[in-house]
Amino acid sequence: MQRVVNKIRELIDSIGRPVRLMEVCGTHTVAIFRHGIRNLLPSGIKLLSGPGCPVCVTSIRDVETAIAISRIKGVILTTFGDMMRVPGNHKSLSEAKAEGSDIRIVYSPLDALKLAEKNRDKKIVFFATGFETTSPSVAGTIMQAGKEGIDNFYIYSVHKTVPPALRALLNSGEVKVEGFILPGHVSTIIGTRPYGFLASAYGKPSVVTGFDAGDILTGIMMLLEQIASGRAEVEIQYTKVVKEEGNPKAVAIMNEYFEPEDAVWRGLGTIPGSGLKLRENFRQRDIRSVIDLVVPEGKEPKACSCGDVLKGIKIPTDCVLFGKACTPEKPVGACMVSSEGSCAAYYKYEAISK
Amino acid sequence: MCLAIPSRVIRIKDMIATIDVYGARRDISLLLMPDEVEIGDYVLVHAGFAIQKVQEEVARESLSLIKQVLEATEEELS
Repeated sequence: MQRVVNKIRELIDSIGRPVRLMEVCGTHTVAIFRHGIRNLLPSGIKLLSGPGCPVCVTSIRDVETAIAISRIKGVILTTFGDMMRVPGNHKSLSEAKAEGSDIRIVYSPLDALKLAEKNRDKKIVFFATGFETTSPSVAGTIMQAGKEGIDNFYIYSVHKTVPPALRALLNSGEVKVEGFILPGHVSTIIGTRPYGFLASAYGKPSVVTGFDAGDILTGIMMLLEQIASGRAEVEIQYTKVVKEEGNPKAVAIMNEYFEPEDAVWRGLGTIPGSGLKLRENFRQRDIRSVIDLVVPEGKEPKACSCGDVLKGIKIPTDCVLFGKACTPEKPVGACMVSSEGSCAAYYKYEAISK
Repeated sequence: MCLAIPSRVIRIKDMIATIDVYGARRDISLLLMPDEVEIGDYVLVHAGFAIQKVQEEVARESLSLIKQVLEATEEELS
């Protein structure tokens, strides 16, 4: 590993100016802190966290909608545990549960399907959050529901896709990064081709990277090598898991059930084609087409910088609320709720150590 | 949320595999797997589905890392 760190030093010296890189994925954000990667890097390299925490980018309105669904008589709302404490306008799913909504945490959408099988008189709605790592699993669950004839299983899809968000970030012009550390597990599914535009249209080097210290340092080294030699390509550091073509079967199942739609990202606004909704022939599984719900526009909490943090414009400690009005125990914004959110990671690993 | 855990397959029945992670057993779906899975293989598991095969030594390396990350997450939640 020392060899890689030395090579990184050589490369940054030869580049001769500071370099800003973005780690897109929340799991990388945590791993970078956990391994103390920042302390190993020369000061010329700045790592910024990107929009890759699904919990953090779920819009306030979508959280409010999930709460509204949970209040409907005869509904059991199922969700991944990470979503429970995310604040909507007024409250979280956790608080809605305390007030009497039937909300259950599941580890897999298949667990929600089992619940539907056991409770045929109820509507079981799965709050479908997550990126391309997760959406094929939800598509697979709907496929299973069809095979088993379980008609009372529905989803509320707020699934999002990573490449359109990176495109939107670059188009906004606000984000000054020279290269991307691309997510390992999203890329296990989609492979490298959907990121091709980063290099071809924007001239940004990018490297799909694994999660241990050696992986992350090597990914950074590969990015610097591209920058130093004036190349821009999509490379894979995490070759032991990620293939160029990804997992074609998972992608095919995801595409069979879902189609792109515009989606609102918390802090980033509407990004064209970055969400996933069920295709017409599976619409009977979409709770939005079964129940009419009008949920008002969400309002971002005042002074919360979550949006700018997700865009890499601010680091968490730049926010006036950070560590004062906003802590993991009493989060104001979603970036402080999720253990993979940048603010929560900074709070745990950086702020405390100072 | 996108964490995928390498797990050893100890039983297979149709498209359902039983996996073992640190002695904990779970049934997962093989529906999304592009390749044939056999008993003894290691697969990456996310949200109840296997999404990719991995080599045993890779699985062992990542498991120790994931254990650390999960512990970090649990500390935070507690």
